[in-house]
Amino acid sequence: MKSSVIIFPGSNCDRDMDVALKKFGFKNTMVWHNDDKLPKSDLIVLPGGFSYGDYLRCGSIAGKSKIINSVIDFAKTGGLVLGICNGFQILTETGLLPGVLLQNKNIEFICKNVFVKINDKNNKYFNKINKEILELHIAHNEGNYFCSDDELRELENNNQIAAYYCDEKGNCDDRSNPNGALKNIAGILNKEKNVLGMMPHPERMIDKYLSGEDGSIFFKNLLNNLKI
Amino acid sequence: MKIKVVVTLKNGVLDPQGKAIQQTLNGMGYSNIEGVRQGKYFDLEIAEKDEAKAKAAAEEMCKKLLANLVIEDFKIL
Repeated sequence: MKSSVIIFPGSNCDRDMDVALKKFGFKNTMVWHNDDKLPKSDLIVLPGGFSYGDYLRCGSIAGKSKIINSVIDFAKTGGLVLGICNGFQILTETGLLPGVLLQNKNIEFICKNVFVKINDKNNKYFNKINKEILELHIAHNEGNYFCSDDELRELENNNQIAAYYCDEKGNCDDRSNPNGALKNIAGILNKEKNVLGMMPHPERMIDKYLSGEDGSIFFKNLLNNLKI
Repeated sequence: MKIKVVVTLKNGVLDPQGKAIQQTLNGMGYSNIEGVRQGKYFDLEIAEKDEAKAKAAAEEMCKKLLANLVIEDFKIL
């Protein structure tokens, strides 16, 4: 399976993502933001970081970059696009995903492990995943998911909410909500379920000695789903 | 010509920075400050002599980039 990771000026999780994808068997290519064509890929990843210094709004400048038109075309023809953290912010700015990531409710940069509960498995990312609650890492200043009431209703009715923040037992409440996100939303899918944006970083949880292996579960499962 | 644009958060959208500024002002003794909303201001230098055309261009830029209409409103001054 072939993947591509887009590098924007200010991306800083691009190489972590490259390591993670290769570890689990993807043939990965790094793609510069100023290119206009994507290599042939089964998966495009928009990595975490601070693209263009987070100027104007997080993800807004990257959302108008040269490569992004190819990413949008790829997504619109059903290609898998995964946005992690700043990648999620970029996906909302392009309009591929609804809503927006606001500043964290407590105005603090949050860097810690959290638990997320997988909500919808009817997609290539989480189909057949053998764990319901994953421990993943978050590191962000703007992760407070927000959308209009109508958009929320649509997300819920179409099962587009990919994952909720929860505690280790799976309870989703204010205490397990790190950043004030609407309904504890940690990640969402588009209507067609080929575009996933989430704030937690699976690529930071791929080593049992350094972190934990719940990210490994995610990547192995994704690769298996792509092979089918 | 110069076009001025102000972008503000919509009512109902959480503004933690505005809240922190308000609390600080209250703490400094300005007890009559009941709310602060923080926004953004842009000076656009547009190579266009016709004011209506310049404002129309600015409006398009606001919709496409300067404001995120999910959470923000804009005003062309």
